Amino acid sequence: MAIKTPSPSIFRPQQRIDQSVLAENRKLVEEIDRRKILRGAVSLGALSMLTGCSVTDRSAVQSVLRAVSEWNDLVQGWLFDPNKLAPTYSEAQVLKPPRYNAYYEIEDVKPVDAASWKLELSGLIGDKRPWTAQQIFELPEQELIIRHICVEGWDYIGQWSGPNLKQFLERIGADLTAKYVMFRCADDYSGSIDMATALHPQTILATRYAKEPITDPFGFPLRLRTATKLGFKNPKWITSIEVTNTYPGGYWEDRGFNWHSGL
Amino acid sequence: MTEVAVHAPPARVRRMHPLAVRIMHWTNAFAMVIMIGSGWKIYNDEVLFGWLHFPDWITIGGNAQGALQWHFLGMWIFTLNLICYIVYGLLTGRFWRKLLPVWPRQVIGDVRAALHFKLAHDDITRYNAVQRVLYIGIILVMIVQIISGLAIWKPVQFQELTALFYDFQGARLAHFICMALIVAFLFVHVLLAFAVPKTLAAMITGGPPVDDARRPPPAGE
Repeated sequence: MAIKTPSPSIFRPQQRIDQSVLAENRKLVEEIDRRKILRGAVSLGALSMLTGCSVTDRSAVQSVLRAVSEWNDLVQGWLFDPNKLAPTYSEAQVLKPPRYNAYYEIEDVKPVDAASWKLELSGLIGDKRPWTAQQIFELPEQELIIRHICVEGWDYIGQWSGPNLKQFLERIGADLTAKYVMFRCADDYSGSIDMATALHPQTILATRYAKEPITDPFGFPLRLRTATKLGFKNPKWITSIEVTNTYPGGYWEDRGFNWHSGL
Repeated sequence: MTEVAVHAPPARVRRMHPLAVRIMHWTNAFAMVIMIGSGWKIYNDEVLFGWLHFPDWITIGGNAQGALQWHFLGMWIFTLNLICYIVYGLLTGRFWRKLLPVWPRQVIGDVRAALHFKLAHDDITRYNAVQRVLYIGIILVMIVQIISGLAIWKPVQFQELTALFYDFQGARLAHFICMALIVAFLFVHVLLAFAVPKTLAAMITGGPPVDDARRPPPAGE
């Protein structure tokens, strides 16, 4: 997404406008049928709405698509039932190792050193002291055997364990009425989820897979696993958590994938 | 005394395809193109069949996220329009007038006639048995398509729907099969519309007037 930077307008005239042309063509100007122009503009608008084709400006279609995507975020928020649990599965169905996916290949994964790793906290959180890996590992764990569904269409059953996110947020004194929880990662990935999902009983900060510490390609030492979101909404190698009321976006969300992406 | 001519307004002529039907038909056609084109792009990201990839030039959206945005726009148009159509068809009795009855013997006879290119279509306002079966069938397929789509979109919130298709991949497969059925229907439908151009014209202008009294809807309507 290109960010528009303000630049001096090239359309600003250097000299004052010569009014004589207007005076000479007064009759012609007066004859311009404003209604006709308006009618033409409306039909052109209708045409672009109907066909979805770029008639003059491609970004007009893009903004319609973005607006609908935001509407879909709202609808998905309404559809989300905080008490509805995702199906869980048996240990025999678990895929080992899990399926790798990131915005780069597995060979390019940069392992995180747990000894120097810290979990930073910011935003609407009472106790913002950072956490070491050891402190996280000592928290009570919850296990989830749930289906991971990728936005691309593939899925597998995984066995994840780690501290429950709701309990963790309560422990650090986070404002549970805030709208968003944002995760930033060691690999410059980021992602945010709605508070309702953060507080769902099947949302955890995973540290283990199939009872063993998560291996490097899958987010060691800490990643998110929520049973109610698509795979890309589960950031790996988390380095910071922010609680906020300002829409924080995320890596794929900023690139056009639907933000809510709830299952 | 001045004679005032009182012109009775002309009795409203009911056409084969009332305006509402035509609007819903073309809205559906538009939504279908969006859903199929963007669906093919989404499919390409994780194919169900290794031998089948859709060439990019017939897909919509440009990339995965663009295709998903189109798909999640088109779903509203497609679903709301189909709901309107079904409510309209039930309330006005159009479904009963146009699509029923369907007798197996007629269907077999008409299929045979069609294969010999001898299927009569002098009166386009009355659907033959093959048309009735196809139109009923495609409405049902579109309903299953929406249900399987919801099962893929919300496999947790609507997990009961996902379970209808065994699991998530089952729902994907059902969604693909319904797409294939719709595309096959479209192929035949468009081909025949061009083969008998007055049927195509009727979906634009409304077609010949019809006398609805000829076949009243069943009691209770």
